[in-house]
Amino acid sequence: MQFMLLFSRQGKLRLQKWYVPLSDKEKKKITRELVQTVLARKPKMCSFLEWRDLKIVYKRYASLYFCCAIEDQDNELITLEIIHRYVELLDKYFGSVCELDIIFNFEKAYFILDEFLLGGEAQETSKKNVLKAIEQADLLQEVSGGGQIGLPFHFIC
Amino acid sequence: MPAVSKGDGMRGLAVFISDIRNCKSKEAEIKRINKELANIRSKFKGDKALDGYSKKKYVCKLLFIFLLGHDIDFGHMEAVNLLSSNKYTEKQIGYLFISVLVNSNSELIRLINNAIKNDLSSRNPTFMCLALHCIANVGSREMAEAFASEIPRILVAGDTMDSVKQSAALCLLRLYKTSPDLVLMGEWTSRVVHLLNDQHMGVVTAAISLITCLSQKNPDEFKTCVSLAVSRLSRIVSSASTDLQDYTYYFVPAPWLSCKLLRLLQCYPPPEDGAVKGRLVECLETILNKAQEPPKSKKVQHSNAKNAILFEAISLIIHYDSEPNLLVRACNQLGQFLQHRETNLRYLALESMCTLASSEFSHEAVKTHIETVINALKTERDVSVRQRAADLLYAMCDRSNAKQIVAEMLSYLETADYSIREEMVLKVAILAEKYAVDYSWYVDTILNLIRIAGDYVSEEVWYRVIQIVINRDDVQGYAAKTVFEALQAPACHENMVKVGGYILGEFGNLIAGDPRSSPLVQFNLLHSKFHLCSVPTRALLLSAYIKFINLFPETKATIQEVLRCDSQIRNSDVELQQRAVEYLKLSSIASTDVLATVLEEMPPFPERESSILAKLKKKKGPGAVSVTELEDSKREGGELNGGGDRGPDTASTPSPSADLLGIRSAAPVGAAPASAGSLLVDVFSEAGTTTTLPSSSLFWLLFVCKNNGVLFENQLLQIGIKSEYRQNLGRMYLFYGNKTSVQFASFTTTPQLNVQTKPVEPLVEGGAQIQQVLNIECLTDFSDAPLLNIKFRYGGALQNLTLKLPVTINKFFQPTEMTSSDFFQRWKQLSQPQQEAQKIFKANHSMDTEVLKAKLLGLGTALLDNVDPNPENYVCAGVIQTKGQQVGCLLRLEPNAQAQMYRLTLRCSKDSVSRRLCELLAEQF
Repeated sequence: MQFMLLFSRQGKLRLQKWYVPLSDKEKKKITRELVQTVLARKPKMCSFLEWRDLKIVYKRYASLYFCCAIEDQDNELITLEIIHRYVELLDKYFGSVCELDIIFNFEKAYFILDEFLLGGEAQETSKKNVLKAIEQADLLQEVSGGGQIGLPFHFIC
Repeated sequence: MPAVSKGDGMRGLAVFISDIRNCKSKEAEIKRINKELANIRSKFKGDKALDGYSKKKYVCKLLFIFLLGHDIDFGHMEAVNLLSSNKYTEKQIGYLFISVLVNSNSELIRLINNAIKNDLSSRNPTFMCLALHCIANVGSREMAEAFASEIPRILVAGDTMDSVKQSAALCLLRLYKTSPDLVLMGEWTSRVVHLLNDQHMGVVTAAISLITCLSQKNPDEFKTCVSLAVSRLSRIVSSASTDLQDYTYYFVPAPWLSCKLLRLLQCYPPPEDGAVKGRLVECLETILNKAQEPPKSKKVQHSNAKNAILFEAISLIIHYDSEPNLLVRACNQLGQFLQHRETNLRYLALESMCTLASSEFSHEAVKTHIETVINALKTERDVSVRQRAADLLYAMCDRSNAKQIVAEMLSYLETADYSIREEMVLKVAILAEKYAVDYSWYVDTILNLIRIAGDYVSEEVWYRVIQIVINRDDVQGYAAKTVFEALQAPACHENMVKVGGYILGEFGNLIAGDPRSSPLVQFNLLHSKFHLCSVPTRALLLSAYIKFINLFPETKATIQEVLRCDSQIRNSDVELQQRAVEYLKLSSIASTDVLATVLEEMPPFPERESSILAKLKKKKGPGAVSVTELEDSKREGGELNGGGDRGPDTASTPSPSADLLGIRSAAPVGAAPASAGSLLVDVFSEAGTTTTLPSSSLFWLLFVCKNNGVLFENQLLQIGIKSEYRQNLGRMYLFYGNKTSVQFASFTTTPQLNVQTKPVEPLVEGGAQIQQVLNIECLTDFSDAPLLNIKFRYGGALQNLTLKLPVTINKFFQPTEMTSSDFFQRWKQLSQPQQEAQKIFKANHSMDTEVLKAKLLGLGTALLDNVDPNPENYVCAGVIQTKGQQVGCLLRLEPNAQAQMYRLTLRCSKDSVSRRLCELLAEQF
C-alpha cells in the first residue's frame, strides 16, 4: 500500500498515512485530487478505480471515506477488508466510533493504525492482538502518566 | 474499552481542537492557529523549563496544526526531547511527531537515531516496537545506515517477543525498499525464510511481506520459501473456519495470510518437486471449489475475504499458465462473476479475464463471454467498469470476432465518456488495422472513427490510415471514393478534411472518370471546406491543390485563380503565403514533365511499427503491451503493412508529419525538417542549391565543458563561438564565416530567447567573417537551450538554419571550495530523494585522469581534492547563479575503469537543476 487517507464528506482530511517518501507539496496535491475524485463518485459505484498508475480502493463509513492507494499487483478485495478491519478496530476501541472520535483523538487513530499496518503491509490481523497492544500502552500511560481524566464526549454523530 | 483511556487527558488539546472546529471561517481558523503558534513558541522559548506533560501537549497541538495542512517550522527539538522521556505517552507522542514531520536536519537525525538506539536496546518490547514503528514510518537513508544491520538480528533472535518480530520484519521491508544496498540478509536468509513456519500467525503475516519483496530481487537465495509457503497454504486452506481463532475473518481462515502466500508463489515458476506441485494444485482446486459452496455468512466481508483469496489464486494460475484445466475453471468462475450483482466483483472479473485472454489455453474460453462483455459495455452504470469491459473486448479480439468487436466499440464511442474516448479510438484503430482482411473495411472503420469521434482522433491515427492507403494500391480507389462521399456531409470533421485532402490529392484521378466526382467537383468540394479549417489543414489543402494541377491539367486555371487571390497570396500566415506564392510560381513556370516529377505520387512508407500502437503503449503502460505481444506471437497475420510490427524499431521517428510529407523516405536532398517551409526548397531543387541540416547535437554537447570553439560548419558557413560568463550574466561572441566566394544576401539571425543583441550586417561577402555579440542573463534555471535561427540567400536560394546555442545551466556556476566535512554535511542536508539525480553509464570517451579533471573544471565547479575517501572518485561543488536565486550543487563522479562505467550523482538544492545537470553531464564522459 502506498498511502491511506481518511476524509469527511465535506472533503476535510482526518487522517493521512504515507508509506512512500513524497514531498509535502506532492502529498497535498494527491490529497486534493483524490478527495475530489472520490467525492464525485456516486453511491453503488464500484469501490475501485484506476488513478495515475495506482489502484484506489475506497469505502464510505457514515460520514467518513477511507481511501487506500495500492499498486498494480495488489489485491483490491483484501484491501477493502483491511479498511473494514481498521474500522472495526477503531469501533471496538472507541466504542461505536464516530468522526469526532478520530478528530479529537487523532493520535490514537495513528497508534492503532501503526499496530495494524506497518510500512503499508498488514502487521497483525488479529483484532484481539492489536487491541491488546493498545490496551497495554494505555495501561502504561495510566501508571506512569498519573491517569489524567478523559474529557466527556457530549457530541452526537 | 473504558472511556478513560480514550483521551489521555490533554485538556488543552481538546479545547484547542474544539476552538478550531467552532471557527466560522478560514480566516478565523488561521487567526486562532497563529495565536496558538505564538503561544507555543513563547512557551518553548521561555525561561521556565517545561514539564514533560506540557511539552507533550504542545507537540501534539503542533502536530494537529500540521495535519490541518499548515506548515510547522519549530518544535522538532522538543519532540526529540520527548523521545528520551521515560513516560510512555510522552515518548509515544514524540515518536508520532517525528514520524509525521521528519526533518532532514542532520543534527536532529543524530539525536533521533540515538533515542531509537536506546529504545531498541532497552529490551522493553513496547519501547522497541515504538522505535521500530518510527524507523518504518520514516524509512530514511540515514536510518537505514544506522539500523539496517541491527534489525535482522532482532528479527531472528530466539528471545525476541512476537510483536517485536512483526514490527522488525516490516521495518526491514521499508528500509529495503528505500535503501536495498544497505539491507544485507546474507547469513540471516535461511532463518528469515523459516519464519514462514513460525507458530504465531501474526509473525508469519508480517514476515511474508518481507520475504516476498526479497524473493522478487533475489529469487535464487530465497527459493526454499516455495515449499514452506505451499505447506503453510495447504494447512490454512484445509482448516475448518474455527481452527485459526482470531485469525479467522468472517468464517474465512486467515485471508490476509492466504493472499500473501499466493502472492509470494507468484514470484516463482511452478514448483519442480512433484509432491509440492501436487499439493499446491490441490490447494488451488480447493479454493476454486469453495467458490461454489454456499456462503457461510451473508455479510459482504465474508464474500470479499473469500473472493480475495480466489482472485489471488486465479492470478497464480494465470502466472503459471501451464494448467489448462485450472485456467478454464478460473475462466468459468470469472464468467459467473461477470453477471454478479456486486459491482466490485464484476469489475474485478473483467479485469482478471483480461489477463486470461492472453493465455493460449483460456483465450477461447474467454471468448465465449463476448455477449456478456458487450452488454456490460452498454449497460454498466459506472464508467470505470465500462472501461474494464472495453479493455477486455480489446484483449479477446482476434480474427474471428474482430468485425463484431470493432462494430460494438464504434457504436459505444457515440455515447462513450469523454475520459476514455481517446483510448477507445486508438484501440479501434489498432484492431481495425491488425485484423483487417479486406482494406475497404479498414478504411470504412477509420473514416467512421473520424466521423463519430473526430476530436479524439489523434494525428497518429489519421497519419496511419494515409500511410496504409499509400502502401496498398488495391485500396486507393476505394479510399478516394469513400472519402469523397464522406466529405459531402454538410458538416464534417477537420480530420476528415485532412484525410480527404491528402487522399484526393494523391488518388483523386482514380475516381475522376465518374462525372459525379470529376476533377472540378472534387476540387470544389475540398475548397468548400477550406475557409473553415485551421492553418495546418489549409496548408495541407494547398499542397493537395498543386497536386491536382499535376493530376488534372484542366483544373489549373481555377486553382491558379484561387492561389492568386489576396487571401492566399497575401495571407498573414507566413506558411500559407509562402505555399501560395511558390505553388503558383511552380505551376506557371515548370514544364509538365518537371511538374510531374516534382509532384509525383508519394513513394511507399517504410514498413515499421504502427505509430498508433506506440502511442497506446505509452498511454496504457505494460498492460496493453502484453496483449499486443500475445497477438504478435500468435502470428495472426493480416497486418496491412506486411509485418510492419516486426520491422526495426523506429525510435527516432522525427515528427510523423515529416513522414507524411515524404521527407524522411524520399527527400532528394538533406532537407531541414525543422522548418515546414523547407519542403518548398525541395520543389525548387532544380535550381541546384542545398539546404543545411540543423545543428548536430554532437557539436553542441562539446560546449558543455568549454566556452570557445566551432559550433557549426557546412560547405557554406562556419560559425565560431567565444563566450564568457560571470555570475548570472554571460556574453557570447558569434562569428559567421562565409566559406564560399559568393556573397550571402539578406543575412539575418534571430535568437529565440530574451537576449540583447544588435542585428548583424545583412550582407556577408565571399570569404568574409562577421561578428555578433549576445548579452545573456540567466533569470531562472532552465533545461532547453535557446535557439538561434539564421536565414540568408545564397545564389538566390533561401538558406534556413536553426541552431541550439550552447548556453547550458552549468555556465552560471561559481566554484565553491569546501572541506571534506563541510562537503558531507551539505551532502546529507540535500537528502530528499528528488534533490538527487543519478545515472550509471558507459564511458564514451577516455577515462584518463587529466582529461576528466579538465572536463570537470570546464564545467565551472570547484574540483575538491581529499574529500572522497576513494581517491579514484571526483567530487565537485559550486553554486549556480540565477537572477532570482542561487542553487547549491554537489557532484560526485565514480569511475570504474574495469567496467568502463561511471556513476554520476548530483545533489542540488533545486531538483530540476539536479536532473538537468545529470542529463547534460552523462553525455560528457
